[in-house]
Amino acid sequence: MTGLRVQNLSFSYGAKTALSDVSFEVAPGRFCALLGPNGAGKSTLFALLTRLFTTPDGTIEIAGHDMAREPRAALRQMGVVFQQPTLDLDLTVRRNLDYFAALHGLSGRTARARIDEALDRLGMRDRASELVRTLNGGHRRRLEIARSLCHHPRVLLLDEPTVGLDAATRQAITDHVHDLSETGGLTVLWATHLTDEIRDRDQLLILHRGRLLENGEAGALRGATPLATHFLSLTGEAA
Amino acid sequence: MIAALVALRAIIAREALRFIGQRSRFVAALVRPLLWLIVFAAGFRAALGLSITPPYQTYTTYEVYIVPGLCGMILLFNGMQSSLSLVYDREMGSMRLLLTSPLPRWWLLLCRLLASTTISILQVYAFLAITALYGIRFSPAGYVAILPALVVAGLMLGALGLALSSTIRQLENFAGVMNFVIFPMFFLSTALYPLWKMAESSELLHDICALNPFTHAVELIRFALYAQFNGTALLWTCLAGLVLLALAIWGYDPARGMIRRKS
Repeated sequence: MTGLRVQNLSFSYGAKTALSDVSFEVAPGRFCALLGPNGAGKSTLFALLTRLFTTPDGTIEIAGHDMAREPRAALRQMGVVFQQPTLDLDLTVRRNLDYFAALHGLSGRTARARIDEALDRLGMRDRASELVRTLNGGHRRRLEIARSLCHHPRVLLLDEPTVGLDAATRQAITDHVHDLSETGGLTVLWATHLTDEIRDRDQLLILHRGRLLENGEAGALRGATPLATHFLSLTGEAA
Repeated sequence: MIAALVALRAIIAREALRFIGQRSRFVAALVRPLLWLIVFAAGFRAALGLSITPPYQTYTTYEVYIVPGLCGMILLFNGMQSSLSLVYDREMGSMRLLLTSPLPRWWLLLCRLLASTTISILQVYAFLAITALYGIRFSPAGYVAILPALVVAGLMLGALGLALSSTIRQLENFAGVMNFVIFPMFFLSTALYPLWKMAESSELLHDICALNPFTHAVELIRFALYAQFNGTALLWTCLAGLVLLALAIWGYDPARGMIRRKS
């Protein structure tokens, strides 16, 4: 059983190539960071991984399910934290999660148990009855993560989930998701352009101008060089 | 099957909660047709003489004539407003959330359509309650018969909004669509004047009005309000609704549609 497998994936917007022959694999329970400057193709890769759109060039497998042949089974195994907020600010935390659980066909006691479990994991159970509007940026992001875990996915995709957060909150969320993969066995793909969110033992993918430049363990790839410097030397752009 | 119904219930409930939370939207949706009824119709009553055409059996005042058209207006504006919120949803993340659900995409879009139609229908009934207080009343059978007509017309106009929303990239582009879709659709229909009146001024305009699906939606509602059935209007409205729904599903198809854009 694989966590996430992408093979020979290519995509173009008209004449402009956004992804070119991208292949990688993330083992179950592994935290994989996808690092790339703005415009590298990260958002396009996420749109393809989440089936916002599809391409005939290449294959995507989520927990063993081919996205083209079994899209619903693949989506069922996938949790997504989008860069854009998805929460309804005027609804309570629980109502937001109820809505999401229902989109995955969960209702009643099962939904309630899953939601409580997800809120507990993120330390947000006591905020269940608060309006999302009253939560700060860090808690809203935590809630997005709790939302993405409600249906017990095997693979969690996060598209620059710490954008706009202060350093301490960023650190806390990064630590938490690392913990989810280490102790919870969740396969994680974490897209970022911030090198300080990546640990040496993480799998690292470096994407630049639609091509995968490197794929390996972050510590081994950077050697003695700081990751930011290593990244800059590869892409010629600041991380 | 159960999962699909769970999602339907949640999508309708969310839309209803949103609607209740935005009271100004509800008031605006009512003020618009009431202004037409109380101000516009009063001014035009003297200028427009209406002959007796089906479903009317006696001389009809202009205020009574435009009520079905104003019901259609509520459905039209609400269908567009709902698609506006879809564009907003897409710029935020909630549309992505919807589309990454493991349920079939066409079903999710249909749920969204049913949800917005439900809200539109509640608005129409609120409008009819106010018109009754104003003195324009219909038979109880009319108020019941209008429900299926509103469902069909609301779904057709909602599908139009959905189809449009799949082609609109940003909220800023929406104002143009309002001008180029809502106003021509509304004014080139039988909402404000009967077809024969249009024919008096221009045959071409008459033909455009006769082809406009909104005309048929309004006529479907008009006949239903008098507990009468208009088969042609129903056929046209259903046909237009199916074509628009197919376009919307195509528009949101991940492989071919217009949602394919640089995000």
